[in-house]
Formats: sequence, structure tokens, C-alpha cells
Amino acid sequence: MDIKRNYYEDIELFKSNTILVWSILFLIFLAILPWFIMKYHLLGLSIYIVNLIAVHAIVAIGLNILVGFTGQISMGHAGFFALGAFTAVILVLRWSFPLWIALPVAGFVSSAFGFILGLPALRLKGPYLAIATLGFGMTITTIIKRMEFFGGRMGLQAPKLELFGTPMKDIHYYYVIMVIAVLMTIGAVKLIKTRVGRAFIAIRDSDIAAEAMGVNLTYYKTLAFAVSAFYAGVAGGLYAFILGFINPESFHLIMSITFLAMVVVGGLGSVMGPICGATLMTYLDIKLQAIQDISLIGPALVTLSQKYMSIAGISNIAVIVYGLIMILIVLFEPLGIFGFWIRTKRYWKTWPF
Amino acid sequence: MASILKIENLTIAFGGIKAVNNVSFEVEKGAIYSIIGPNGAGKTTIFNCISGIYPPNSGKIFFKGEEITHLKPYRVAKKRIARTFQNIELFSHMSTMDNLMLGRHIHMKTGVWRGATFIYKNSKAAKEEIEHRGKVEEVIDFLDLQAARNQFVINLPYGTRKLVELGRALALEPELILLDEPSAGMNLEEKGDMIFSIQDIRDDLGITVLLVEHDMNLIMDVSDRILALNFGEKIAEGLPEEIQRHPEVLKAYLGEEEK
Repeated sequence: MDIKRNYYEDIELFKSNTILVWSILFLIFLAILPWFIMKYHLLGLSIYIVNLIAVHAIVAIGLNILVGFTGQISMGHAGFFALGAFTAVILVLRWSFPLWIALPVAGFVSSAFGFILGLPALRLKGPYLAIATLGFGMTITTIIKRMEFFGGRMGLQAPKLELFGTPMKDIHYYYVIMVIAVLMTIGAVKLIKTRVGRAFIAIRDSDIAAEAMGVNLTYYKTLAFAVSAFYAGVAGGLYAFILGFINPESFHLIMSITFLAMVVVGGLGSVMGPICGATLMTYLDIKLQAIQDISLIGPALVTLSQKYMSIAGISNIAVIVYGLIMILIVLFEPLGIFGFWIRTKRYWKTWPF
Repeated sequence: MASILKIENLTIAFGGIKAVNNVSFEVEKGAIYSIIGPNGAGKTTIFNCISGIYPPNSGKIFFKGEEITHLKPYRVAKKRIARTFQNIELFSHMSTMDNLMLGRHIHMKTGVWRGATFIYKNSKAAKEEIEHRGKVEEVIDFLDLQAARNQFVINLPYGTRKLVELGRALALEPELILLDEPSAGMNLEEKGDMIFSIQDIRDDLGITVLLVEHDMNLIMDVSDRILALNFGEKIAEGLPEEIQRHPEVLKAYLGEEEK
């Protein structure tokens, strides 16, 4: 039942036993997922793709704290992601830090930059803020590209890490990333429910009223940027190690926009939404590259593409389908995938009415 | 009694228009003090100056003897001055509970780290949260908002939203509360309730009330003193009966009699 008996139940992580049971089942599912993937190639997934999804999910959760909850916008998150990646790799490579120290440090370096970027956000809103952050994202990667310290244009090779004497493989990274992703998800849920999260949402809904109620806008807006950048930084560090190689060119503008799209497609203003968004978008992005393998539709699309578009062909179609799916989701479910989930839940709860 | 709020020669101009011109007044502790005047008289502008949203061009504002003229809004709130807005500025995608909890913001301490990592019922963040939820519950009882407790504000009817906004201001435990047209858009019954609420705020909670309102019945019922403004200038100040008969006030509201 939904009866509450004390105030703690309002902020509890598991609001009911049902949720607790499902959460545990989900964790068990995450724990045995690699085994399923290796044995059955579930949905054509590989552990690498799942790792990538989890990393993107972390970025999306962080970005959503900024965009969905605080109502600011960032088109420069690839910049924070890059900062995290390069910091982590350099710490491990040059000063041989262990990963568990390098990752938080990467997060804090990113969040320090996030704090700095947050300062112009105090004066800018909407499209203006979008452009300012976009400039930041592009500048960061350009600076990294020009500095020998960061490996210049060639990028950096992430060192091979070892776990108890054996080199770490995708499967090991999988568990590292999942633990971090789960912890950071829980952190975000809790943060939103308590004082700081409420201040963020208040700023989004009415900044004048928030300030009149004692919320220091300067502090909380920059804080939102810092927290969001922290998530991106940690994710960036993980990304560097699962990819094994980073180069400034790969943290481009489209990446920032994809992060933003993950949040919007998944559902603004929820923690689960961005995770769904990151899952779908990452999966599609990778799988659509092999769109020609789908029976019947595949070959037809190849002919279409070769006839009317460039000879290189199929990559066009992949992008078009990707875009089309995005448009359809936003058009028919403005709350994103999460909105779809809410509707399904309501349907089952009230069935047969 | 001692004055809790003192305004000296307050002037603010937007471009060439003097929205408030050389207005001074004092509000006694524990009083219900109303500001009236036709549209554009500068009532809300005075509120915005007190709460720090507009910086005045000249003049001074004292709260409990301390100057608060150029403080930022959040610092003014920390001095325990709460306000409501004319056109409801609620956090529409938060529940009533969360809106009121935001009113407790200045009394709470939980930061990012503690907020994101508390895990059990006795951790500091959870304890604080529980304690303040208890306080908010008192406000909910005071204004009879139980039914709206867990609803999103956006789904509430207008009158209830006005009450939620009042509740949010009360949750701050203010010493002075600024109410900007609390009964605007309410029906007769709700207005009646609002009169009682305003009187209870003063009598039971001991909060000084500064009120801007257009409904003359409400004003005359609850006010201890009234300030009348017209075109940013003070035209009269005094007891409700005096204001009702004051020739300048009648002129401002009803126009001049043709001779």
C-alpha cells in the first residue's frame, strides 16, 4: 500500500518492498548480464557496447542534473568528458596512480572547470548559454590538441591496467563501470530528493522565488555545473580505459549534442530517463552502422542510398534513421522514454479500468 | 512598540518614470500594515525593493535597525523576511511538500556530498530532512493543506496555489512577511479564509505582516495601519478609518468631483 507512516519514507531510496525486490533483481541481472551476452549474443550486444552504454548513462545522468533539474543548458559536455578522460589517463600513465584514485581526481578536475564555466551561466540564459557552453566544449578540445603534454593531435594510449597480475579485459571493466554507475545513479537520486536537489529544481521552476526564499543563485547554479561536470569527468576517465586510446578529435561537438539528445529522448527531469536514453541512443548508434545486415530492409536501403545519395551510401541512411527515431520519440512522447514508462506503469496499476 | 521595518525616502526610477518617489514609512512589530493604491502606484515595487530584487536609486531600508538596502534577495531571506508574489511564483513541478521544504532552505545544512551519500535513517542528512518535514507539517496543518500535500502544484486549483505560496513563506519562519495581493483571484469563501489566515499569522505565529491588496473589505478588516500611494507618491498614512475618509485617497480612487 501507499500509506506512509513516517517522514523518512518520503526520502527513502526504496519506497516499497516491491521496488526493493525489483532493484535487487535488476542488480542480479546486471551481475549475470555478461554471461548471457557471451553465451547468446543477446540482441547482438557485446560487453564493450554495454560498457559504453553505462559510461554514456553516467554522463547523461550528470547532464540531466544540469539540464533537466536546474534548467540550465550545456552543449559543451564533450569538453568535460574529454577533461576527465585525459586527466585519468595522464595520472595513470605519467604518475602511475591507481584507477580508483585517478577517476575521482578526473571528476574533480572536470568539476573545477564546470565551476568556472558556471560563472557566465549566472548572466546567460537559454540560447545564449547554449552558445557559451558550446564555445567551451570546442575550446577545450582545441587546447588539448595543441599541447604536447596531452599527446597533441595523436592522442594518448591508455595504459593497460592489471588486476591481480592479469591484464584487465572488457569483462573486468564491466564490473568496475557497473559498480560506479550504480553508485552514481543512487547518488543522483538522493541528491535530488534532499536540500541541494530541491534548490536546483526551484531554480528551474522560478529563479526569482527561489532567491526570495534564500537560495543563493550564484552558488547553486555554479554548483549544478560542477556536479554535472563531475559525472562527465568520471565517465570520461572510464571511457578512456574501455577504449584504450583517446584522441582530442573524438570529443567533438556532435558528441556534446548526442549527450543532450540522450537526456531529452530519455526524459528530462528524472534519473531513470537519461539511463534509458543513453541505452537506446548508444545501442542505435552502434547497431545502425550495420543497418544493411537487416534482411529485406537492408538491401533496399542500400540501393536507395546509392541511387539518390552519395556512393559511400549506407552511413547516410544510418544517420537518417537515427534522427528519425529521435524525432518520433520527442514528437509522440514529449517526456521521452521515461514518459512511456510512466504511462505503462499507470496502465498496469489501474488495469482493468 | 518598536518598529521592525523602517523605510526612509525610498526612490526608484525606471527610465524617466519614478515608480516610487521619496516614500517613507515605519511598520511596528506585530502589526498588519497595508499598502494600497491604484494600479501602477508602486506597491509591488516597494516590495521588490525590500526583498532586494530591485536596487533603489536612493533611500534606505532598515530591518530591526539593520540596513538591508542593497542586500541580495537570498540574504534578505536569511534575515527572516519572506514574501509571496502577485502572480504566484511557485515551483510548479514540485509537490506542495517540496515547495514548503524549500521554504526551510535557510534552516538546513545538507550539502552535495551529504545529500548524495546518506544511506540510513540516522545519518545527518536524513535526520535533518525528517526534522524539517515535521516543521513543514505544522505549516500544512496551519493552512489546512493536507489534501494537497503530495500533489504537484501545477495540478492544484488557483486558490490552493495561493495558499501553498503563503505556506512556503511561512515555512521560512519569517519575522516579517510580505504578502502581495494574497486574495487576488479568489472567490468570496476563499477570501474569508484568507482574512482569518492573515490574522492567525499575526496572532498565533507573531509574524509582522506587510500587505498589498486591492480588496478594500479585506484591507479594512485586517489592517492596523494603511499607507496609500498614488503614482509612486505617498498620499496618506494612518488608521483604516482615517484612510477611508481621506480626501486625497478618495480622489485617487474615485476621481475628482466635477464642480
